[in-house]
Amino acid sequence: MTSPIHATTPGGFLLVLAVILPVCAVLAILACGPRSTVRIAMLTLAAGLAVAVAIAVELVSSGAALSYVVGAWQPPLGIALRADGLSGAMLLMTALVVVAVGLYAHVQYGLREDARNQRAQTTFWLMLLALWSALNAVFIGEDLFNLYVALELLTFAAVPLVCLDGRTETANAALRYLLFALLGSLLYLLGVGLLYGQYGTLDLLALSRLSRSDPALSVALALMIVGLLAKAALFPLHLWLPPAHAGAPAPASAVLSALVIKAPVFLILRLVLDVAPPQAAAVAGQLLAVLGAASILFCSVMALRQARLKLMIAYSTVAQLGYLFIVFPLAAGGTGLPPWETIAWTGGALQLISHALAKAAMFLAAGVIIQVYGHDRIADLGGFGRVLPVSAAAMGLAGLSLMGVPPSGGFVAKCLLLTAAVIEGYPWLAATILAGGLLAGGYVFRVIDRALAVPAGALPSRRAVPRRLELAALVLAVAAVLLGLVPLRPFGILQIGRGGLAMAGLP
Amino acid sequence: MMMAALQPGALFGLCGAALVGIGLFAVVASPGLLRRIVGCNILGAGIFLVFGAVARRGAGAGFAADPVPQALVITGIVVAFSASALAVALLKRLAEPAEEAAPAEPRGGS
Amino acid sequence: MMLLFDLALVASLLALAVHVVVEPDERSGIIAFLAFGLLLGLVWARLAAPDVALTEIAIGGGGTGVLLLRAEAAIRGRGKHEEPMTRTSKLAAAMGCAAISVGLGFAVLSFASPAPTLAPTAVEALPATGLGNPVTAVLLAYRALDTLLEKIVVLLALIGVWSLAPDALWGGAPEVRPSAVPDPLAYLARVLPPFGVVIGVYMFWVGADAPGGTFQAGTVLAAMWLLVMMGGLRPPPETAALPLRLALAGGPVLFLAIAFLGFAFADGFLAYPKALAKPLIVAIEAALTVSVAAALAMLVAGPARKAPS
Repeated sequence: MTSPIHATTPGGFLLVLAVILPVCAVLAILACGPRSTVRIAMLTLAAGLAVAVAIAVELVSSGAALSYVVGAWQPPLGIALRADGLSGAMLLMTALVVVAVGLYAHVQYGLREDARNQRAQTTFWLMLLALWSALNAVFIGEDLFNLYVALELLTFAAVPLVCLDGRTETANAALRYLLFALLGSLLYLLGVGLLYGQYGTLDLLALSRLSRSDPALSVALALMIVGLLAKAALFPLHLWLPPAHAGAPAPASAVLSALVIKAPVFLILRLVLDVAPPQAAAVAGQLLAVLGAASILFCSVMALRQARLKLMIAYSTVAQLGYLFIVFPLAAGGTGLPPWETIAWTGGALQLISHALAKAAMFLAAGVIIQVYGHDRIADLGGFGRVLPVSAAAMGLAGLSLMGVPPSGGFVAKCLLLTAAVIEGYPWLAATILAGGLLAGGYVFRVIDRALAVPAGALPSRRAVPRRLELAALVLAVAAVLLGLVPLRPFGILQIGRGGLAMAGLP
Repeated sequence: MMMAALQPGALFGLCGAALVGIGLFAVVASPGLLRRIVGCNILGAGIFLVFGAVARRGAGAGFAADPVPQALVITGIVVAFSASALAVALLKRLAEPAEEAAPAEPRGGS
Repeated sequence: MMLLFDLALVASLLALAVHVVVEPDERSGIIAFLAFGLLLGLVWARLAAPDVALTEIAIGGGGTGVLLLRAEAAIRGRGKHEEPMTRTSKLAAAMGCAAISVGLGFAVLSFASPAPTLAPTAVEALPATGLGNPVTAVLLAYRALDTLLEKIVVLLALIGVWSLAPDALWGGAPEVRPSAVPDPLAYLARVLPPFGVVIGVYMFWVGADAPGGTFQAGTVLAAMWLLVMMGGLRPPPETAALPLRLALAGGPVLFLAIAFLGFAFADGFLAYPKALAKPLIVAIEAALTVSVAAALAMLVAGPARKAPS
């Protein structure tokens, strides 16, 4: 037996906590009943954030990936967890968004402490916590079947959030979402079976060293990537997303759009860069980039045409997701650098994170607007900036990031991607990035224009909307802008732990 | 090739491959939602059979099959059942005659 | 001889699957699906997987079949959401699916030879767990994290189902009993459960060393409980009832508690001290069996239909 692939590192137990703490909270809420729900949830938010920060600190201070071998059973028999720099960034992003959304929901549900609301409230907290656990498990999973279970956990936490308000319409959106997600995970699972049949291991790190061009591997990767695309809602598999994300209550929409769809994207990234042999990775990268570009253009136009604010934001999610897929050919380019040292890699990671922050901010701000206006028809929101200046500001700042206007995380991300597209000789991708920015400008300005417009009639009163409710969105939007202050070059933390991989994805 | 295809491992693996196609067709092309849920289950059964074939090929150490893929299938079957239960509950909810009471909160904002 | 049997099995399985998909009457389709599940159990026995065979017959075929039959009865004649496809797109879909099947078939035939296997590794590690059944060892020791998370998946599905109840009924009891209980059902509900419980407990008990285990035992117990509720002998519990919630959470909680103790007394999370491995695993399995039984039965029972008291 050669030396084991994974060894538990100091601080590795933090990875276990990241996955298990929210699960403990779910069980505690189930056992203790509704009265303690909010208290347990708040406690877990604080603890989970602390764990995510501790993992990031440990990563930066040690400069190496964190690993944990669960139960000391070495892979391939057992399961390992591993966090490299990118995973660490994902964990931190997830924690930030979940905590902000949790605080928003705490205020929002606190507004109506009545028994009627108990169902939606309890379900929301249980699902939010389970979702956090599932996301963390996806970001640090090393075992393909463990990742399947994590993806299913994610689906089962996300679907009830969609139909939390109990209307038939949202139940319909939830069922469609569930069927897409199930189909996606089944195709993924099929690929997992083929990989095991061919290589006898499910460990990603081991597979990255074993994989070579053969038919079983190509079929397996194709199935897994298509399945994950259905979950990620990339064009043309996006039809389930707008009704589902727009129909959910605002805090649920925020986590669904900002975080949930990022999990399958992250796994596609790992499969293409770490497992696929170079030629297959190149072909897959080109195809994904075409779909990504189509996503950007088609769904940006769709976003422009929406009459309802939340549907517009949901279409914008599919469009912004497209940018993550044009990273593939750009990062695997011919500069001779490993993918994670390219500017496209940094740009993609920044796009992922800044979109998560900006999109969560937008949905939360939209939630406040709906609370005050009682609807989200963009045309009838004239002058909402006077009633809700903080929410309007959050919407505008988050919009900067979506458009890619400085100073914002989205600007740095898109600027890096654009530079990469020009250097690597992909003029059509460069054109798509520019066009996508213009279209995003179009739909963001529609909202800003309404915010600043002279109201047509009497403005609605703020009713019982405390400032604290608006702050969550503003904090996230400001965080998305602050992300724009990172230097315009490959970013250190994103490379931690990548060098140890075999040079899969390279010629 | 022909003889290899008739080993129990490979034979049931091919059967699984065929079931995947049949199930996928039911999911994609069925008019009714219930039939799509049934299709998911057939698709799942096909996938599990591929795992079973893999396990059977991996016989060794005095066991007629590799226990790891078999255990994965058991986990998978339970997850698939839970998924069907949730899907069926949503379907029943959709078929309920009317909204019992309009929600007090505005659309999308609760 | 065995080959002929296998071929006949495959042929009937495929024929049944096609029947399930094309049969215009949904009820007949679902009954065919039940038969499909039974045949699938046979296939698993032929694949030297008795544990999977039991699970498939109990949950994959039986449990899902009951679920689908109840759903079909509930939505029959009510607003169906039909979206018929054109003939051309149906044909295109069929071709696409056939292509996937063929590609998959080639992948299955092209697997590396000799086949990679973890059987020797799994067997080698078996003494450390004190178990005799390697499948149970995979589920509760080597890959216990999967099993733990999967328990949470089942619980989440159940909470998701419960969340579909109207606000006013949240926390109330589901409705399991048909409007008129047929005599044979009432008779079965009185006679079968004692035997079922014995079988369930037996399946759980032998699971450590022979085929069987928590899921299979849990399903049998769940079926008996459902039978009692359907026959009207006992009403279903309210979904907010404390005993039910404790039964549901108990298995995973014990699992987690022992997992965390591994930090202090063994090689870390989800590791067992060697001397105590078997009793600990059996204790976890016992608690999980109860949780699984409660969760599966309540999943079939569905969301609350009566206001909480």
